[in-house]
Amino acid sequence: MSTSTAQYEPKTRVGRITNFVDQRVGGSGMVKEFGRKVFPDHWSFMFGEVALYSFVILLLTGTFLTFFFDPSMAETHYDGSYVPLKGVEMSVAYASALDISFDIRGGLFMRQMHHWAALLFVAAVSVHMLRVFFTGAFRKPRELNWVVGSVLLILGLAEGFTGYSLPDDLLSGNGLRIIDGVIKAIPVVGSYISFFLFGGEFPGTVIIPRLYVLHILLIPAIILLMIAIHLFMVVVHKHTQFPGPGRTNNNVVGFPVGPVYAAKAGGFFFIVFGVLALMAGFFTINPIWNYGPYDPSPISAGTQPDWYIGWVDGALRLMPGVGEFVIFGFTLSLNVLIPALGPALLLFTLMFTWPWLEAWVTKDKREHHLLDRPRNAPTRTAIGVAGVVFYCVMWAAASSDLIATHFSLSLNDVTYWLRALFFLGPIIGFLVAKRIALALQRKDREIALHGRETGRIVRLPHGEFIEVHEPLDEYHQYKLVNYESPEVVPPQPNAEGKITTAEKARGVLSRIFFEDRVAPPTPAEVEAAHSHGGHGEVEAEHEDQESLPRQ
Amino acid sequence: MKALSQRRRHPLAAIALLLMGLLLTGGLYAVASGANEAKAQSSPYTAEDVEEGKKLFVANCATCHGMSGQGTETGPSLVGVGAAAVHFQVGTGRMPLQMQGPQAKEKPPQFNEEETRQMAAYVASLGPGPAIPGEKALDTSDADPGNGGQLFRVNCAMCHNAAGAGGALTRGKFAPQLAGVEDVHVYEAMITGPQNMPVFNDATISPQGKQDIIAFLNTIESTPSPGGADLGSLGPVSEGLFVWTAGLGVIIAFTIWLTSRSS
Ligand code: HEC
Ligand code: HEC
Ligand code: HEM
Repeated sequence: MSTSTAQYEPKTRVGRITNFVDQRVGGSGMVKEFGRKVFPDHWSFMFGEVALYSFVILLLTGTFLTFFFDPSMAETHYDGSYVPLKGVEMSVAYASALDISFDIRGGLFMRQMHHWAALLFVAAVSVHMLRVFFTGAFRKPRELNWVVGSVLLILGLAEGFTGYSLPDDLLSGNGLRIIDGVIKAIPVVGSYISFFLFGGEFPGTVIIPRLYVLHILLIPAIILLMIAIHLFMVVVHKHTQFPGPGRTNNNVVGFPVGPVYAAKAGGFFFIVFGVLALMAGFFTINPIWNYGPYDPSPISAGTQPDWYIGWVDGALRLMPGVGEFVIFGFTLSLNVLIPALGPALLLFTLMFTWPWLEAWVTKDKREHHLLDRPRNAPTRTAIGVAGVVFYCVMWAAASSDLIATHFSLSLNDVTYWLRALFFLGPIIGFLVAKRIALALQRKDREIALHGRETGRIVRLPHGEFIEVHEPLDEYHQYKLVNYESPEVVPPQPNAEGKITTAEKARGVLSRIFFEDRVAPPTPAEVEAAHSHGGHGEVEAEHEDQESLPRQ
Repeated sequence: MKALSQRRRHPLAAIALLLMGLLLTGGLYAVASGANEAKAQSSPYTAEDVEEGKKLFVANCATCHGMSGQGTETGPSLVGVGAAAVHFQVGTGRMPLQMQGPQAKEKPPQFNEEETRQMAAYVASLGPGPAIPGEKALDTSDADPGNGGQLFRVNCAMCHNAAGAGGALTRGKFAPQLAGVEDVHVYEAMITGPQNMPVFNDATISPQGKQDIIAFLNTIESTPSPGGADLGSLGPVSEGLFVWTAGLGVIIAFTIWLTSRSS
């Protein structure tokens, strides 16, 4: 590549300058290499980009805010232009956040855009992760990228939490108070950690400057690094794609990054930017002036964290007030510790280990560059749905008070129902999702074998009525018959001929995963079904039922 | 104040004090209608008011509250609740109660101001209780909304939300939204403590403090939301809901549009 650039003779002045730069920086090589990368087109592949662009917007708006925000917790009296707070005693941090909102040109817009972008960022990351999960994009060779992604998600939560704790209004102070309570509930070291973090007794005067350093320096730097690794790995692995004619495990079908895709991506950035700008311009977010300065005594109805921390708050609300023990004069607050850390630990452990868990159950060590349609991996889909339901129950619990007032329900009843759903919801979610996935697979199989129902009824010469089924075109037929369908792998003996306990457990899981699988129609089955013609429907149906596994 | 303390040993001080005391008590009597918790029944109501009020009461309220307001199984005794309680309950449409439930529901008031005052007069005649605040008590022209905001956050926000948007209590009860409530009803709510709301007497929140709170509520109600539509002032829940539905919805629509254009 370098030889070809050396031979190039620039003719214009601009050409000479760019050539000069290029010969020293080697940009064209990179552009050529990167520009030939192919990005497949499916709308669900765009959420990673939405996250990326929201993050860029967060950096831009956040930088603006740092010019004016002062994280000091020194006391002052408000003297800005918002009348209902005139003369109120508050921290400098809160006063400067109010000044950004009311006395700095464009400040409120920037604050709102920053906060909306933060909400959108975590939402996009979450949806992106769900897309990766439900399509099986985390499988070899992308397991590590899944882990990097998981780290990004947690960093996103941390970044958001440190961010909304900064203005030192009532809401952020209440959030910190809860965190303080959770930290103090950790046995033995809890109170020491709390003292260390807050520089003494809560709230102290150092926590906001400390969170500020985390929020504007440390966490964003790590996020940036992780995003770089994440995207680098996407380029190295190339993007996955849904199966289709001509799309194999060894190629990627789509648009090369340059120029079409790059142009689209650039345009998409401005779409995300525009949507966020409109939201910031027309919709209030975090009206800190309503909440007033933080003061440990008051608390407001409707005190909730931002949505992405809501599920932890919800778990705390769901926990009945039992589990506080006094052992040798030390208080063990399991009633705080279990809900605050238990569900998070469970979800995050499953999240980090899932690619390996699944590969262990399936014994599938091959590389996968083709995605699964969610219905074609019924058990994985069902487990994902169970996780989502589990999360959503806790999430709903964080707004139990608003559910009660807005649907005229009793807060107590809402809590009892959500407690029951906390345990039953995931199970119901699992069963329903699995049934639906299997049903969809069976429908696909039907259509692949017998074509689409047209609704046209035809009477045959001998009097029989049949419905005409139209065969699918090749493209659609391909989608319905070409998918991977792992089978039960019974426990295998190891080198010494023994079946270990772990292997037995794996065998059980494998059976749970795949025993009721719906096999894709084989070419022979398709052939047989089609040669019957429309007339043979009834017999074909019988054949199917036999070839279907027991239900 | 300094000048005063220097002269307090002056021979005329005792007489001055006596005079001031007399003036004060007299003045207090004069504004008895304005001062809440006025114990005396020598209030501004005429015997005719009480008589009319009694008729209205018997016709509309006695089924639950008893023929002489002594209370029944279905309604509490009204002896000593005071005129302010009636004026609040009837004026906001909570009474007459339409349906037993966790909490009396608001509905369009059924009685006009005169009838309400007549019933209030009757209930006030049953036993001493807080009176309807007069114009003076409701005068917020020199009130301090900043101080009112602080009082509100300390005393009221835990039930009514920092922006007065309302909040849930246990078992289907709730603290209502405060936008659009008349000043006199806010004042009366504080001095009578309807249902699950505590009473804030003058020792807890001074009359001046009450005026500050009313001024604060009026200020936040009349200031347009500085940041655009306020999404119900319900805090992060409505914001989260908004970003997941409207925000992400629009973005998804765009992603589908962008990717459908090529294939
Ligand atoms: C259907 C029965 C019913 C009727 C009719 C009714 N009330 Fe009531 N009232 C109640 C109940 C029940 C309560 C207690 C509300 C609560 O605490 O939830 C109450 C409470 C009150 C209170 C507040 C008492 C306090 O302790 O502050 C007042 C004042 C009152 N009612 C006045 C009236 C008046 C005046 C009328 C007629 C216009 C009336 N009510 C008609 C059932 C009724
Ligand atoms: C313990 C919770 C609680 C506290 C604290 C509280 N309230 Fe209430 N408030 C209520 C409830 C419950 C009601 C509804 C009563 C009803 O429907 O009869 C209410 C009703 C009201 C109303 C009538 C609203 C309407 O729509 O007619 C006003 C005004 C009011 N409160 C003002 C205040 C003010 C001002 C404070 C602080 C000084 C305060 N409240 C403190 C619970 C509370
Ligand atoms: C800061 C947050 C994140 C950003 C900016 C980001 C960005 C991206 C982008 C732009 C892509 C390529 C396009 C796409 O498939 O959407 C991608 C792919 C991927 N991401 Fe993320 N992501 C983030 C978080 C996550 C999370 C939380 C996970 C999972 C735990 C994850 C796992 C993956 C995987 C496995 C791929 C490869 C997908 C494939 O090739 O099909 N990412 N990411």
